[in-house]
Amino acid sequence: MSDNSNAHEGPSVGQKHSTAIELRDLHKYYGGVQAVNGLDLNITRGEVVAFLGPNGAGKTTTIDMILGLSDPTQGSVSVLSMPPRRAVSLGMVAAVMQTGGLLHDYTVLETLQFMASIYDKKSAIDAVMSRAGITHIANSLVKSCSGGEQQRLRFAMALLPEPELLILDEPTQGMDVEGRKQFWLSIKEDAALGRTVLFATHYLEEADNYADRIILIKKGSIVADGTPMEVKSLSSNKTVRAHISSLDKEALLNIQGVVSADLSHNKLEIVCHDSDLVAKYLLLETDAANLEISLAGLEETFLNLTTNQ
Amino acid sequence: MNSAKEATLADKTPRYGGFSFDLILLETRRLLRNKRTMLSVLLMPVILSFIFTFSAKDAKRPLGVGNLSAFLVISLALYGAVQAASFGGSIISLERIAGWSRQLRTTPLSGSAYIAIKTITSLVLSLISLTAVFVVGVIGHKAHMPVEIWIACAACVWIGSLVFAVFGIFVGYLVPSENAMQFIAFGLILFSFAGGIFIPLSQFPHAIREIAYYTPLYGINEIVHYPLLQSNFDIIWLLNTIVWFAIFFIGAVVKFRGDTKRV
Repeated sequence: MSDNSNAHEGPSVGQKHSTAIELRDLHKYYGGVQAVNGLDLNITRGEVVAFLGPNGAGKTTTIDMILGLSDPTQGSVSVLSMPPRRAVSLGMVAAVMQTGGLLHDYTVLETLQFMASIYDKKSAIDAVMSRAGITHIANSLVKSCSGGEQQRLRFAMALLPEPELLILDEPTQGMDVEGRKQFWLSIKEDAALGRTVLFATHYLEEADNYADRIILIKKGSIVADGTPMEVKSLSSNKTVRAHISSLDKEALLNIQGVVSADLSHNKLEIVCHDSDLVAKYLLLETDAANLEISLAGLEETFLNLTTNQ
Repeated sequence: MNSAKEATLADKTPRYGGFSFDLILLETRRLLRNKRTMLSVLLMPVILSFIFTFSAKDAKRPLGVGNLSAFLVISLALYGAVQAASFGGSIISLERIAGWSRQLRTTPLSGSAYIAIKTITSLVLSLISLTAVFVVGVIGHKAHMPVEIWIACAACVWIGSLVFAVFGIFVGYLVPSENAMQFIAFGLILFSFAGGIFIPLSQFPHAIREIAYYTPLYGINEIVHYPLLQSNFDIIWLLNTIVWFAIFFIGAVVKFRGDTKRV
Protein backbone atom coordinates (compact mmCIF):
# COMPACT_ATOMS: atom_id res chain seq x y z
CA MET A 1 0.00 0.00 0.00
CA SER A 2 3.02 2.30 -0.17
CA ASP A 3 2.54 5.38 -2.27
CA ASN A 4 6.20 6.32 -2.06
CA SER A 5 7.23 4.51 -5.20
CA ASN A 6 4.82 6.64 -7.20
CA ALA A 7 4.78 9.84 -5.27
CA HIS A 8 3.09 11.81 -8.04
CA GLU A 9 0.11 9.51 -7.94
CA GLY A 10 -0.09 9.63 -4.20
CA PRO A 11 -2.78 12.25 -3.78
CA SER A 12 -5.24 10.71 -6.23
CA VAL A 13 -4.82 7.27 -4.74
CA GLY A 14 -5.09 8.75 -1.28
CA GLN A 15 -8.32 10.46 -2.26
CA LYS A 16 -9.69 7.28 -3.67
CA HIS A 17 -9.17 5.72 -0.32
CA SER A 18 -10.56 8.45 1.83
CA THR A 19 -14.03 9.15 0.47
CA ALA A 20 -16.73 6.51 0.43
CA ILE A 21 -19.71 8.66 -0.50
CA GLU A 22 -19.78 12.20 -1.75
CA LEU A 23 -23.06 14.00 -2.34
CA ARG A 24 -22.98 17.47 -3.83
CA ASP A 25 -26.05 19.68 -3.90
CA LEU A 26 -28.23 16.62 -4.37
CA HIS A 27 -31.84 17.24 -5.42
CA LYS A 28 -34.57 14.84 -6.40
CA TYR A 29 -38.05 15.76 -7.50
CA TYR A 30 -40.87 13.30 -8.08
CA GLY A 31 -43.43 15.12 -10.17
CA GLY A 32 -43.94 18.28 -8.15
CA VAL A 33 -42.74 16.75 -4.89
CA GLN A 34 -39.28 17.54 -3.65
CA ALA A 35 -37.99 14.37 -2.02
CA VAL A 36 -34.38 15.44 -1.59
CA ASN A 37 -33.53 19.08 -1.25
CA GLY A 38 -29.88 19.96 -1.60
CA LEU A 39 -27.89 17.35 0.32
CA ASP A 40 -24.17 17.95 0.71
CA LEU A 41 -22.39 15.11 2.38
CA ASN A 42 -19.00 13.48 2.68
CA ILE A 43 -18.68 10.06 4.21
CA THR A 44 -15.16 8.89 4.92
CA ARG A 45 -14.14 5.29 4.46
CA GLY A 46 -14.47 3.17 7.55
CA GLU A 47 -17.20 5.29 9.06
CA VAL A 48 -20.38 3.74 10.40
CA VAL A 49 -23.07 6.25 9.64
CA ALA A 50 -26.69 6.20 10.72
CA PHE A 51 -29.21 7.85 8.51
CA LEU A 52 -32.13 8.97 10.64
CA GLY A 53 -35.32 10.68 9.71
CA PRO A 54 -39.07 10.31 9.82
CA ASN A 55 -40.91 8.52 7.05
CA GLY A 56 -40.84 10.49 3.84
CA ALA A 57 -37.72 12.41 4.88
CA GLY A 58 -35.91 11.24 1.77
CA LYS A 59 -33.74 8.48 3.24
CA THR A 60 -34.65 5.78 0.78
CA THR A 61 -34.64 8.23 -2.12
CA THR A 62 -31.11 9.22 -1.20
CA ILE A 63 -30.03 5.59 -0.81
CA ASP A 64 -31.50 4.85 -4.24
CA MET A 65 -29.33 7.55 -5.76
CA ILE A 66 -26.24 6.31 -3.92
CA LEU A 67 -26.89 2.85 -5.38
CA GLY A 68 -27.52 4.31 -8.82
CA LEU A 69 -31.08 2.98 -8.84
CA SER A 70 -32.29 6.45 -9.70
CA ASP A 71 -30.63 9.57 -11.01
CA PRO A 72 -30.56 12.91 -9.20
CA THR A 73 -32.64 15.71 -10.68
CA GLN A 74 -29.77 18.00 -9.84
CA GLY A 75 -26.38 17.65 -8.20
CA SER A 76 -24.00 14.72 -8.13
CA VAL A 77 -23.30 11.46 -6.36
CA SER A 78 -19.96 9.78 -6.26
CA VAL A 79 -19.31 6.44 -4.60
CA LEU A 80 -15.73 5.36 -3.88
CA SER A 81 -14.74 8.17 -6.24
CA MET A 82 -16.69 6.78 -9.17
CA PRO A 83 -20.22 6.96 -10.54
CA PRO A 84 -22.58 4.78 -8.44
CA ARG A 85 -23.39 2.34 -11.24
CA ARG A 86 -19.72 1.63 -11.82
CA ALA A 87 -19.08 0.97 -8.14
CA VAL A 88 -22.10 -1.39 -8.13
CA SER A 89 -21.01 -3.20 -11.28
CA LEU A 90 -17.60 -3.78 -9.69
CA GLY A 91 -19.26 -5.37 -6.67
CA MET A 92 -17.76 -2.73 -4.38
CA VAL A 93 -21.14 -1.73 -2.99
CA ALA A 94 -23.74 -4.05 -1.54
CA ALA A 95 -27.13 -3.27 -0.11
CA VAL A 96 -29.66 -4.80 2.22
CA MET A 97 -33.09 -3.58 1.29
CA GLN A 98 -35.82 -2.72 3.72
CA THR A 99 -38.34 -5.30 2.53
CA GLY A 100 -38.57 -7.82 -0.24
CA GLY A 101 -35.57 -8.50 -2.35
CA LEU A 102 -35.93 -12.24 -1.87
CA LEU A 103 -37.54 -14.98 -3.92
CA HIS A 104 -39.80 -17.16 -1.82
CA ASP A 105 -39.33 -20.30 -3.86
CA TYR A 106 -35.55 -20.39 -3.50
CA THR A 107 -33.92 -21.97 -0.49
CA VAL A 108 -31.56 -19.92 1.65
CA LEU A 109 -28.60 -21.74 0.12
CA GLU A 110 -29.86 -21.32 -3.45
CA THR A 111 -30.35 -17.60 -2.91
CA LEU A 112 -26.73 -17.33 -1.85
CA GLN A 113 -25.60 -19.56 -4.72
CA PHE A 114 -27.38 -17.20 -7.09
CA MET A 115 -25.59 -14.18 -5.65
CA ALA A 116 -22.30 -16.02 -5.42
CA SER A 117 -22.33 -16.92 -9.09
CA ILE A 118 -22.85 -13.27 -9.99
CA TYR A 119 -19.86 -12.26 -7.88
CA ASP A 120 -17.89 -15.44 -8.57
CA LYS A 121 -17.54 -15.97 -4.81
CA LYS A 122 -18.86 -19.49 -4.41
CA SER A 123 -16.19 -20.42 -1.91
CA ALA A 124 -17.42 -17.71 0.46
CA ILE A 125 -20.96 -19.08 0.87
CA ASP A 126 -20.26 -21.20 3.96
CA ALA A 127 -18.43 -18.38 5.68
CA VAL A 128 -21.17 -15.78 5.17
CA MET A 129 -23.86 -18.24 6.23
CA SER A 130 -22.10 -18.88 9.48
CA ARG A 131 -21.44 -15.18 10.03
CA ALA A 132 -25.11 -14.41 9.49
CA GLY A 133 -26.13 -17.38 11.63
CA ILE A 134 -28.21 -19.15 8.98
CA THR A 135 -26.19 -22.31 8.39
CA HIS A 136 -28.85 -24.42 10.11
CA ILE A 137 -31.58 -23.19 7.74
CA ALA A 138 -29.55 -23.45 4.54
CA ASN A 139 -32.03 -25.83 2.94
CA SER A 140 -35.22 -24.08 4.06
CA LEU A 141 -37.29 -22.28 1.49
CA VAL A 142 -37.19 -18.52 1.96
CA LYS A 143 -40.96 -18.42 2.37
CA SER A 144 -40.75 -20.64 5.44
CA CYS A 145 -38.16 -18.41 7.11
CA SER A 146 -39.21 -15.93 9.78
CA GLY A 147 -38.81 -12.20 9.20
CA GLY A 148 -35.65 -12.19 11.27
CA GLU A 149 -34.19 -15.15 9.38
CA GLN A 150 -34.93 -13.47 6.06
CA GLN A 151 -33.18 -10.38 7.33
CA ARG A 152 -30.12 -12.46 8.21
CA LEU A 153 -30.20 -13.92 4.72
CA ARG A 154 -30.22 -10.41 3.25
CA PHE A 155 -27.26 -9.61 5.43
CA ALA A 156 -25.42 -12.72 4.23
CA MET A 157 -26.15 -11.69 0.64
CA ALA A 158 -24.67 -8.28 1.28
CA LEU A 159 -21.54 -9.76 2.87
CA LEU A 160 -20.84 -12.13 -0.04
CA PRO A 161 -19.11 -9.67 -2.36
CA GLU A 162 -16.98 -8.31 0.53
CA PRO A 163 -18.07 -4.82 -0.42
CA GLU A 164 -16.15 -1.69 0.48
CA LEU A 165 -19.42 0.05 1.14
CA LEU A 166 -22.37 -1.61 2.79
CA ILE A 167 -25.75 0.09 2.63
CA LEU A 168 -28.48 -1.12 4.94
CA ASP A 169 -32.05 0.11 4.84
CA GLU A 170 -33.73 -0.77 8.15
CA PRO A 171 -31.43 -3.78 8.51
CA THR A 172 -32.67 -5.26 11.77
CA GLN A 173 -36.38 -5.00 11.14
CA GLY A 174 -38.04 -8.18 12.37
CA MET A 175 -35.00 -9.45 14.26
CA ASP A 176 -35.23 -10.31 17.92
CA VAL A 177 -33.06 -8.56 20.48
CA GLU A 178 -30.37 -11.23 20.43
CA GLY A 179 -30.29 -11.25 16.65
CA ARG A 180 -29.93 -7.48 16.58
CA LYS A 181 -27.02 -7.62 18.98
CA GLN A 182 -25.22 -10.26 16.93
CA PHE A 183 -25.91 -8.37 13.76
CA TRP A 184 -24.36 -5.17 15.05
CA LEU A 185 -21.41 -7.01 16.50
CA SER A 186 -20.76 -8.38 13.06
CA ILE A 187 -21.09 -4.95 11.47
CA LYS A 188 -18.70 -3.50 14.03
CA GLU A 189 -16.08 -6.12 13.20
CA ASP A 190 -16.35 -5.23 9.55
CA ALA A 191 -16.13 -1.54 10.15
CA ALA A 192 -12.96 -2.11 12.14
CA LEU A 193 -11.46 -3.63 9.00
CA GLY A 194 -12.20 -0.45 7.11
CA ARG A 195 -15.59 -1.20 5.60
CA THR A 196 -17.89 1.78 5.34
CA VAL A 197 -21.43 1.24 6.57
CA LEU A 198 -24.40 3.50 5.95
CA PHE A 199 -27.62 2.44 7.57
CA ALA A 200 -31.09 3.88 7.75
CA THR A 201 -32.98 2.95 10.85
CA HIS A 202 -35.86 3.95 13.01
CA TYR A 203 -34.37 2.24 16.06
CA LEU A 204 -32.83 5.36 17.54
CA GLU A 205 -31.10 3.24 20.11
CA GLU A 206 -29.20 1.44 17.37
CA ALA A 207 -28.06 4.68 15.85
CA ASP A 208 -26.95 5.84 19.28
CA ASN A 209 -25.12 2.63 20.17
CA TYR A 210 -23.56 1.59 16.91
CA ALA A 211 -22.99 4.61 14.70
CA ASP A 212 -19.87 6.76 14.70
CA ARG A 213 -21.92 9.44 13.12
CA ILE A 214 -25.58 10.32 12.87
CA ILE A 215 -27.08 12.24 10.00
CA LEU A 216 -30.56 13.45 10.71
CA ILE A 217 -32.63 14.45 7.73
CA LYS A 218 -35.97 16.09 7.45
CA LYS A 219 -37.87 16.95 4.29
CA GLY A 220 -34.87 16.10 2.18
CA SER A 221 -32.38 18.30 4.04
CA ILE A 222 -29.82 17.61 6.75
CA VAL A 223 -30.90 19.01 10.09
CA ALA A 224 -28.12 17.51 12.18
CA ASP A 225 -24.84 15.79 11.47
CA GLY A 226 -22.31 14.65 14.04
CA THR A 227 -21.41 12.04 16.62
CA PRO A 228 -24.36 10.69 18.63
CA MET A 229 -23.17 12.93 21.49
CA GLU A 230 -23.04 16.02 19.34
CA VAL A 231 -26.42 15.37 17.84
CA LYS A 232 -27.97 14.82 21.23
CA SER A 233 -26.51 18.05 22.52
CA LEU A 234 -28.25 19.93 19.71
CA SER A 235 -31.46 19.58 21.55
CA SER A 236 -31.80 22.49 23.95
CA ASN A 237 -33.66 20.35 26.46
CA LYS A 238 -31.85 18.91 29.42
CA THR A 239 -33.18 16.83 32.24
CA VAL A 240 -32.39 17.54 35.88
CA ARG A 241 -33.19 14.87 38.44
CA ALA A 242 -32.90 15.08 42.22
CA HIS A 243 -34.26 13.77 45.49
CA ILE A 244 -36.22 16.36 47.38
CA SER A 245 -38.62 16.36 50.35
CA SER A 246 -40.82 19.30 49.41
CA LEU A 247 -41.02 21.68 46.53
CA ASP A 248 -42.33 25.15 45.72
CA LYS A 249 -43.46 24.27 42.25
CA GLU A 250 -44.45 27.80 41.32
CA ALA A 251 -41.02 29.18 42.13
CA LEU A 252 -39.45 26.44 40.08
CA LEU A 253 -41.60 27.02 37.06
CA ASN A 254 -40.72 30.71 37.26
CA ILE A 255 -37.09 29.96 36.57
CA GLN A 256 -36.25 30.88 33.01
CA GLY A 257 -36.34 27.98 30.56
CA VAL A 258 -38.09 25.42 32.71
CA VAL A 259 -40.42 23.36 30.58
CA SER A 260 -41.88 20.95 33.08
CA ALA A 261 -41.42 19.68 36.60
CA ASP A 262 -42.66 16.41 38.01
CA LEU A 263 -42.48 15.27 41.60
CA SER A 264 -43.45 11.83 42.74
CA HIS A 265 -42.25 9.91 45.81
CA ASN A 266 -39.69 12.61 46.51
CA LYS A 267 -38.16 12.14 43.11
CA LEU A 268 -38.04 15.31 41.06
CA GLU A 269 -37.63 15.42 37.32
CA ILE A 270 -37.28 18.76 35.56
CA VAL A 271 -37.01 19.35 31.83
CA CYS A 272 -35.39 22.69 31.07
CA HIS A 273 -33.24 24.66 28.67
CA ASP A 274 -30.77 25.99 31.23
CA SER A 275 -29.77 23.29 33.66
CA ASP A 276 -27.28 25.57 35.44
CA LEU A 277 -30.01 27.93 36.66
CA VAL A 278 -32.15 25.05 37.86
CA ALA A 279 -29.24 23.35 39.62
CA LYS A 280 -28.28 26.58 41.38
CA TYR A 281 -31.84 27.04 42.61
CA LEU A 282 -32.19 23.47 43.80
CA LEU A 283 -28.89 23.38 45.67
CA LEU A 284 -29.16 26.82 47.26
CA GLU A 285 -32.87 27.14 47.98
CA THR A 286 -34.04 23.58 48.64
CA ASP A 287 -32.86 20.38 50.29
CA ALA A 288 -32.40 18.66 46.97
CA ALA A 289 -29.79 15.90 46.93
CA ASN A 290 -28.27 13.47 44.44
CA LEU A 291 -28.53 15.98 41.65
CA GLU A 292 -28.18 14.55 38.17
CA ILE A 293 -28.10 16.43 34.87
CA SER A 294 -28.47 14.69 31.52
CA LEU A 295 -28.82 15.58 27.91
CA ALA A 296 -32.08 14.78 26.27
CA GLY A 297 -32.22 11.30 24.83
CA LEU A 298 -31.65 10.81 21.16
CA GLU A 299 -35.30 10.08 20.72
CA GLU A 300 -36.23 13.46 22.10
CA THR A 301 -33.64 15.22 19.98
CA PHE A 302 -34.95 13.36 17.01
CA LEU A 303 -38.47 14.48 17.68
CA ASN A 304 -37.39 18.04 18.36
CA LEU A 305 -35.35 18.37 15.22
CA THR A 306 -37.70 16.60 12.89
CA THR A 307 -41.11 17.73 14.02
CA ASN A 308 -40.75 21.22 15.48
CA GLN A 309 -40.84 24.45 13.50
CA MET B 1 0.22 1.44 -8.97
CA ASN B 2 -2.75 3.10 -10.55
CA SER B 3 -2.66 0.80 -13.51
CA ALA B 4 -2.29 -2.17 -11.20
CA LYS B 5 -5.33 -0.95 -9.31
CA GLU B 6 -7.26 -0.55 -12.55
CA ALA B 7 -6.30 -4.10 -13.46
CA THR B 8 -7.67 -5.45 -10.18
CA LEU B 9 -10.82 -3.40 -10.71
CA ALA B 10 -11.24 -4.90 -14.15
CA ASP B 11 -10.81 -8.34 -12.64
CA LYS B 12 -13.65 -7.66 -10.28
CA THR B 13 -16.10 -6.96 -13.07
CA PRO B 14 -17.95 -10.20 -13.74
CA ARG B 15 -17.59 -11.61 -17.21
CA TYR B 16 -20.61 -11.42 -19.54
CA GLY B 17 -22.36 -9.08 -17.10
CA GLY B 18 -22.73 -11.87 -14.54
CA PHE B 19 -24.35 -14.31 -16.97
CA SER B 20 -23.47 -17.91 -16.17
CA PHE B 21 -24.58 -21.48 -16.67
CA ASP B 22 -25.02 -21.81 -12.91
CA LEU B 23 -27.69 -19.13 -12.90
CA ILE B 24 -29.62 -20.87 -15.67
CA LEU B 25 -29.45 -24.12 -13.76
CA LEU B 26 -30.69 -22.50 -10.54
CA GLU B 27 -33.49 -20.69 -12.35
CA THR B 28 -34.61 -23.76 -14.27
CA ARG B 29 -34.67 -25.84 -11.12
CA ARG B 30 -36.75 -23.22 -9.38
CA LEU B 31 -39.26 -23.08 -12.24
CA LEU B 32 -39.58 -26.85 -12.37
CA ARG B 33 -40.38 -26.93 -8.65
CA ASN B 34 -43.31 -24.59 -9.20
CA LYS B 35 -46.41 -26.79 -9.33
CA ARG B 36 -48.50 -24.19 -11.08
CA THR B 37 -45.95 -23.79 -13.84
CA MET B 38 -45.60 -27.51 -14.26
CA LEU B 39 -49.36 -27.92 -14.45
CA SER B 40 -49.76 -25.48 -17.30
CA VAL B 41 -46.49 -26.25 -19.00
CA LEU B 42 -46.40 -30.00 -18.87
CA LEU B 43 -49.60 -31.58 -17.67
CA MET B 44 -52.17 -29.55 -19.61
CA PRO B 45 -50.64 -29.95 -23.07
CA VAL B 46 -49.99 -33.65 -22.46
CA ILE B 47 -53.56 -34.26 -21.31
CA LEU B 48 -54.98 -32.21 -24.16
CA SER B 49 -52.79 -34.17 -26.50
CA PHE B 50 -54.36 -37.42 -25.27
CA ILE B 51 -57.90 -36.10 -25.46
CA PHE B 52 -57.57 -34.54 -28.91
CA THR B 53 -55.98 -37.53 -30.55
CA PHE B 54 -58.23 -40.10 -28.92
CA SER B 55 -61.36 -38.24 -29.87
CA ALA B 56 -60.23 -37.75 -33.46
CA LYS B 57 -62.06 -40.50 -35.34
CA ASP B 58 -59.91 -40.47 -38.44
CA ALA B 59 -56.62 -40.10 -36.54
CA LYS B 60 -54.79 -42.29 -38.97
CA ARG B 61 -56.06 -40.49 -42.04
CA PRO B 62 -53.00 -39.72 -44.17
CA LEU B 63 -52.05 -36.04 -44.19
CA GLY B 64 -48.98 -34.61 -45.90
CA VAL B 65 -46.07 -36.93 -45.27
CA GLY B 66 -47.70 -38.27 -42.07
CA ASN B 67 -51.22 -38.46 -40.66
CA LEU B 68 -53.88 -36.32 -38.97
CA SER B 69 -52.81 -37.45 -35.51
CA ALA B 70 -49.28 -36.12 -36.14
CA PHE B 71 -50.83 -32.81 -37.22
CA LEU B 72 -52.70 -32.55 -33.92
CA VAL B 73 -49.64 -33.47 -31.90
CA ILE B 74 -47.70 -30.65 -33.56
CA SER B 75 -50.52 -28.20 -32.78
CA LEU B 76 -50.56 -29.17 -29.13
CA ALA B 77 -46.79 -29.16 -28.87
CA LEU B 78 -46.86 -25.61 -30.18
CA TYR B 79 -49.57 -24.62 -27.73
CA GLY B 80 -47.65 -26.13 -24.82
CA ALA B 81 -44.30 -24.70 -25.87
CA VAL B 82 -45.70 -21.24 -26.38
CA GLN B 83 -47.41 -21.41 -23.02
CA ALA B 84 -44.23 -22.64 -21.31
CA ALA B 85 -42.07 -19.95 -22.88
CA SER B 86 -44.53 -17.18 -22.01
CA PHE B 87 -44.81 -18.32 -18.41
CA GLY B 88 -41.05 -18.51 -18.15
CA GLY B 89 -40.73 -14.92 -19.32
CA SER B 90 -43.63 -13.56 -17.31
CA ILE B 91 -42.06 -14.80 -14.10
CA ILE B 92 -40.34 -11.41 -14.23
CA SER B 93 -43.55 -9.79 -13.01
CA LEU B 94 -43.41 -11.87 -9.81
CA GLU B 95 -39.74 -11.05 -9.36
CA ARG B 96 -40.50 -7.37 -9.64
CA ILE B 97 -43.28 -7.63 -7.05
CA ALA B 98 -40.92 -9.48 -4.73
CA GLY B 99 -38.34 -6.71 -5.11
CA TRP B 100 -35.90 -9.27 -6.47
CA SER B 101 -35.22 -7.33 -9.68
CA ARG B 102 -34.48 -4.29 -7.58
CA GLN B 103 -32.12 -6.28 -5.38
CA LEU B 104 -30.38 -7.59 -8.49
CA ARG B 105 -29.81 -4.05 -9.67
CA THR B 106 -27.59 -3.54 -6.63
CA THR B 107 -25.34 -6.32 -7.95
CA PRO B 108 -23.06 -6.43 -11.00
CA LEU B 109 -25.59 -8.57 -12.89
CA SER B 110 -26.37 -6.53 -15.99
CA GLY B 111 -29.89 -6.04 -17.26
CA SER B 112 -29.15 -7.78 -20.53
CA ALA B 113 -27.62 -10.75 -18.73
CA TYR B 114 -30.77 -11.00 -16.62
CA ILE B 115 -33.01 -10.91 -19.71
CA ALA B 116 -30.78 -13.46 -21.44
CA ILE B 117 -31.12 -15.81 -18.46
CA LYS B 118 -34.90 -15.39 -18.49
CA THR B 119 -35.04 -16.08 -22.22
CA ILE B 120 -32.89 -19.19 -21.99
CA THR B 121 -34.78 -20.65 -19.03
CA SER B 122 -38.01 -20.01 -20.94
CA LEU B 123 -36.59 -21.93 -23.86
CA VAL B 124 -35.54 -24.79 -21.58
CA LEU B 125 -39.10 -24.88 -20.28
CA SER B 126 -40.62 -24.89 -23.76
CA LEU B 127 -38.21 -27.63 -24.84
CA ILE B 128 -39.34 -29.79 -21.92
CA SER B 129 -42.97 -29.14 -22.76
CA LEU B 130 -42.71 -29.89 -26.47
CA THR B 131 -40.61 -32.98 -25.83
CA ALA B 132 -43.25 -34.31 -23.44
CA VAL B 133 -46.06 -33.76 -25.94
CA PHE B 134 -44.06 -35.33 -28.77
CA VAL B 135 -43.09 -38.33 -26.67
CA VAL B 136 -46.74 -38.83 -25.69
CA GLY B 137 -47.61 -38.45 -29.37
CA VAL B 138 -45.12 -41.05 -30.50
CA ILE B 139 -45.66 -43.71 -27.85
CA GLY B 140 -49.26 -42.98 -26.91
CA HIS B 141 -51.19 -42.96 -30.12
CA LYS B 142 -51.37 -43.20 -33.78
CA ALA B 143 -49.30 -40.21 -34.84
CA HIS B 144 -47.01 -41.00 -37.73
CA MET B 145 -44.34 -38.94 -39.52
CA PRO B 146 -40.84 -39.73 -40.79
CA VAL B 147 -38.23 -39.17 -38.08
CA GLU B 148 -36.62 -36.19 -39.82
CA ILE B 149 -40.03 -34.52 -40.03
CA TRP B 150 -40.55 -34.98 -36.29
CA ILE B 151 -37.20 -33.31 -35.73
CA ALA B 152 -37.89 -30.51 -38.19
CA CYS B 153 -41.26 -29.82 -36.59
CA ALA B 154 -39.77 -29.86 -33.10
CA ALA B 155 -37.10 -27.40 -34.18
CA CYS B 156 -39.71 -25.07 -35.69
CA VAL B 157 -41.86 -25.24 -32.55
CA TRP B 158 -38.88 -24.56 -30.34
CA ILE B 159 -37.59 -21.61 -32.33
CA GLY B 160 -41.13 -20.29 -32.57
CA SER B 161 -41.46 -20.41 -28.79
CA LEU B 162 -38.69 -17.80 -28.60
CA VAL B 163 -41.20 -15.23 -29.85
CA PHE B 164 -43.35 -16.02 -26.85
CA ALA B 165 -40.52 -16.06 -24.36
CA VAL B 166 -40.04 -12.43 -25.37
CA PHE B 167 -43.82 -11.92 -25.22
CA GLY B 168 -43.79 -13.24 -21.64
CA ILE B 169 -40.97 -10.88 -20.67
CA PHE B 170 -42.85 -7.97 -22.24
CA VAL B 171 -46.03 -8.81 -20.33
CA GLY B 172 -43.96 -9.36 -17.18
CA TYR B 173 -42.83 -5.75 -17.38
CA LEU B 174 -46.19 -4.45 -18.61
CA VAL B 175 -48.38 -6.05 -15.95
CA PRO B 176 -46.59 -5.77 -12.63
CA SER B 177 -48.78 -8.14 -10.67
CA GLU B 178 -49.74 -11.75 -10.32
CA ASN B 179 -52.35 -11.04 -12.98
CA ALA B 180 -49.60 -11.30 -15.57
CA MET B 181 -50.03 -15.09 -15.54
CA GLN B 182 -53.79 -14.93 -16.05
CA PHE B 183 -53.33 -12.25 -18.66
CA ILE B 184 -50.98 -14.52 -20.56
CA ALA B 185 -53.14 -17.63 -20.22
CA PHE B 186 -56.13 -15.73 -21.57
CA GLY B 187 -54.13 -14.04 -24.32
CA LEU B 188 -52.65 -17.33 -25.47
CA ILE B 189 -56.03 -19.02 -25.75
CA LEU B 190 -57.24 -16.09 -27.83
CA PHE B 191 -54.12 -16.16 -30.02
CA SER B 192 -54.37 -19.94 -30.36
CA PHE B 193 -57.93 -19.78 -31.65
CA ALA B 194 -57.13 -16.86 -33.93
CA GLY B 195 -53.98 -18.56 -35.13
CA GLY B 196 -55.92 -21.68 -36.07
CA ILE B 197 -54.27 -23.99 -33.54
CA PHE B 198 -57.49 -25.43 -32.13
CA ILE B 199 -59.80 -25.07 -35.11
CA PRO B 200 -58.60 -24.70 -38.72
CA LEU B 201 -58.99 -21.13 -39.94
CA SER B 202 -60.86 -22.40 -42.98
CA GLN B 203 -63.84 -23.05 -40.71
CA PHE B 204 -63.99 -19.42 -39.58
CA PRO B 205 -66.21 -16.80 -41.25
CA HIS B 206 -64.34 -14.77 -43.85
CA ALA B 207 -64.26 -11.54 -41.82
CA ILE B 208 -62.72 -13.21 -38.77
CA ARG B 209 -60.21 -15.02 -40.93
CA GLU B 210 -59.05 -11.71 -42.38
CA ILE B 211 -58.21 -10.50 -38.88
CA ALA B 212 -56.75 -13.84 -37.79
CA TYR B 213 -53.98 -13.57 -40.37
CA TYR B 214 -52.52 -10.68 -38.40
CA THR B 215 -52.49 -12.37 -34.99
CA PRO B 216 -49.19 -13.53 -33.48
CA LEU B 217 -49.69 -17.31 -33.59
CA TYR B 218 -50.94 -17.52 -37.16
CA GLY B 219 -47.53 -17.43 -38.85
CA ILE B 220 -45.83 -19.76 -36.39
CA ASN B 221 -48.69 -22.25 -36.52
CA GLU B 222 -48.43 -22.46 -40.31
CA ILE B 223 -44.65 -22.76 -40.21
CA VAL B 224 -44.54 -25.59 -37.65
CA HIS B 225 -46.96 -27.64 -39.75
CA TYR B 226 -45.12 -26.95 -42.98
CA PRO B 227 -42.64 -29.86 -42.68
CA LEU B 228 -45.61 -32.23 -42.38
CA LEU B 229 -47.92 -30.71 -44.98
CA GLN B 230 -45.24 -29.48 -47.41
CA SER B 231 -47.72 -27.24 -49.18
CA ASN B 232 -46.60 -23.92 -50.64
CA PHE B 233 -44.55 -21.92 -48.16
CA ASP B 234 -46.16 -18.51 -47.77
CA ILE B 235 -43.66 -15.76 -46.99
CA ILE B 236 -46.45 -14.00 -45.07
CA TRP B 237 -46.04 -16.63 -42.30
CA LEU B 238 -42.45 -15.65 -41.78
CA LEU B 239 -43.26 -11.97 -42.01
CA ASN B 240 -46.02 -12.33 -39.43
CA THR B 241 -43.63 -14.10 -37.05
CA ILE B 242 -40.80 -11.62 -37.49
CA VAL B 243 -43.05 -8.58 -37.09
CA TRP B 244 -44.59 -9.94 -33.88
CA PHE B 245 -41.17 -10.87 -32.55
CA ALA B 246 -40.03 -7.30 -33.24
CA ILE B 247 -43.11 -5.85 -31.53
CA PHE B 248 -42.64 -7.94 -28.39
CA PHE B 249 -38.90 -7.37 -28.35
CA ILE B 250 -39.14 -3.60 -28.70
CA GLY B 251 -41.94 -3.53 -26.13
CA ALA B 252 -39.84 -5.53 -23.69
CA VAL B 253 -36.78 -3.31 -24.21
CA VAL B 254 -38.80 -0.12 -23.74
CA LYS B 255 -40.48 -1.41 -20.58
CA PHE B 256 -37.20 -2.79 -19.24
CA ARG B 257 -35.46 0.56 -19.69
CA GLY B 258 -38.25 2.33 -17.84
CA ASP B 259 -38.09 -0.17 -15.01
CA THR B 260 -36.01 1.75 -12.55
CA LYS B 261 -38.66 2.89 -10.16
CA ARG B 262 -39.80 0.95 -7.16
CA VAL B 263 -42.78 -1.32 -7.66
